[in-house]
Amino acid sequence: MQPSNTRQTVNIPGPRSKDPLAVRILLIGLTFLFFAGFIFMPLALVFSQALQKGVQLYLDSIVEPYALEAVKLTLLTAAIVVPLNAVFGLTAAWAISKFSFKGKTLLVSLLDLPFAVSPVIAGLIFVLLVGSRTPFGSWLGEHGIKIIFSTPGIVIATLFVTFPFVARELIPLMEAQGREEEEAAITLGARGWQVFRIITLPNIRWGLMYGMILCTARSIGEFGAVSVVSGHIRGMTNTIPLHVEILYSEYNYTASFAVASILVFLALITIAIKGAVEKHVHNNQ
Amino acid sequence: MSIEIRNITKSYPGYTALDNISLNVGTGELIALLGPSGCGKTTLLRIIAGLETADSGSIILEKKDTTNLPAREKNVGFVFQHYALFRRLNVFDNVAFGLNVRPSSQRQSKSEIRDRVMHLLQLVQMDWAVKRYPSQLSGGQRQRIALARALAVNPKVLLLDEPFSALDAKVRLELRRWLRKLHEDIHVTSIFVTHDQEEALELADRIVVINKGKIEQVGSPQEVYDHPANAFVYNFLGNVNVFHGRIRNGKVVLGEHPIEALQGLNGHDEKAGQAFIRPHEIGISRIRSSESDLVGIIRDIRIMGSQIGLELESAGFDKPIEAEIPRDIWRNLELSRGEEVFVTLNKVKVFTGDYEI
Repeated sequence: MQPSNTRQTVNIPGPRSKDPLAVRILLIGLTFLFFAGFIFMPLALVFSQALQKGVQLYLDSIVEPYALEAVKLTLLTAAIVVPLNAVFGLTAAWAISKFSFKGKTLLVSLLDLPFAVSPVIAGLIFVLLVGSRTPFGSWLGEHGIKIIFSTPGIVIATLFVTFPFVARELIPLMEAQGREEEEAAITLGARGWQVFRIITLPNIRWGLMYGMILCTARSIGEFGAVSVVSGHIRGMTNTIPLHVEILYSEYNYTASFAVASILVFLALITIAIKGAVEKHVHNNQ
Repeated sequence: MSIEIRNITKSYPGYTALDNISLNVGTGELIALLGPSGCGKTTLLRIIAGLETADSGSIILEKKDTTNLPAREKNVGFVFQHYALFRRLNVFDNVAFGLNVRPSSQRQSKSEIRDRVMHLLQLVQMDWAVKRYPSQLSGGQRQRIALARALAVNPKVLLLDEPFSALDAKVRLELRRWLRKLHEDIHVTSIFVTHDQEEALELADRIVVINKGKIEQVGSPQEVYDHPANAFVYNFLGNVNVFHGRIRNGKVVLGEHPIEALQGLNGHDEKAGQAFIRPHEIGISRIRSSESDLVGIIRDIRIMGSQIGLELESAGFDKPIEAEIPRDIWRNLELSRGEEVFVTLNKVKVFTGDYEI
């Protein structure tokens, strides 16, 4: 149950593998080639395109009002979606890992649905559900609530697409930890909230954090589902990825790549945080 | 505090874990629930603690029906097989947990809690480890902390679920003796679950033998060991030779030898029976001491510590006879493999009926 104090690192002296040199060079070479071709080059291209016409134009493209609105909307969406999905994910993971009930297997399978269906379909589902031509949508419209082609729609579509991250991260962790610590806490007289705050949450906090980081990354970068429900209204319902696409289709390459570089920066920050969390988790074990 | 278990039944899809179990535990008693894995003993313990609910029946603690009370209000100390210490809290906070989570109106002051925790840590001889975390402790140490944690809230009863089974043999023995002594000091009514008959015999005031969700026998260690109620209890409590024989003329016939049984077999019709003989109740000698002695050939000798195990072959027996003799007798007899000796079967218990092994 508690492996920490028995685990030891085994140092194998000498080379790790006895594969012939040629094979090793080939494998490592291929990895680097792939990395260079598919990850590094596009990244470099984004920045070279963005900076092609000088730093001034690059900065102008970023601080341009529509671009700033897109950044604002993207961050707002992430700020709403990530905490909500953290709560939903935690609830689902708790229910699935700590209780047994009817329909549990179905729930676990359904959890992966947002990963399985194309984001475009995810967007369409909501248009068909609450669009202005549907009964429910028109009822909402009469009461002055607009969901499709407006911020709530973007938030809902992003919620759907990023729902599994936290739950998927927590279920194996909570299953491995079992129920015993919680049961011990209950027999000692702790209330549900105390058990959660003092026992459960500290045990899963890094897993939760990790799930939230992945959720953030995806909600910032989500294109397909958001594209369907947003309506692409500049300065109103454009997120960063949508704005990049609009600029690009208008042949405004420099601005397009400049805005895209914001996404790259956000991604790099996410990766840095993720790395730090992983390192912490590793050290803790 | 007394515990009264009344007609507890619990079924899971496909099998019955507990079948109408009733049991009374007196104040200050130390009771062992003994049985093979899957017999329902842990389920019973969890039902008493409120971690599981029974389908029917009731649990009465000190004349008060607690069947439907939530686990946190039962005031029952529970010690888990794998300790279940709070891994993010240090030893002090683990033991103090039950005191710290009380509603503020009932909570003791910080210094009172500190005194209580330190007192308990001294009791379990772990006061040197206040600032340690569970992962820095050995299994035996963790289990002692778990015990201190359970005792901190002054539980009415203490329930221990296979408390020593995750420990290695030497630590297990030490901790067992230590727990016995602790129980004599603090006298809290305790029930522990085990599948280890030695543990139950050494530790408990009374043993409850459970099999397939039913109680087979309740009694003091001596009672259940010397007078097993049925073949299952006999077989489960210690090593035993089981031979198929026939009851004839008041004796049990094994191979060709009529042998005196522990209980009178007069009045029984001739029928098949099973003879149970403990290995250490078998006498080995160079000289024939009575008519009923058998002749056995030593096939194997095993040094088991203070006892010596012998595997004997005897004409007419369907399998080898396992005997255990003290080391000095073995040395005096100068036995070696292949030799012929005289074998006396003492305290043969015969069961008839449908018991299966």
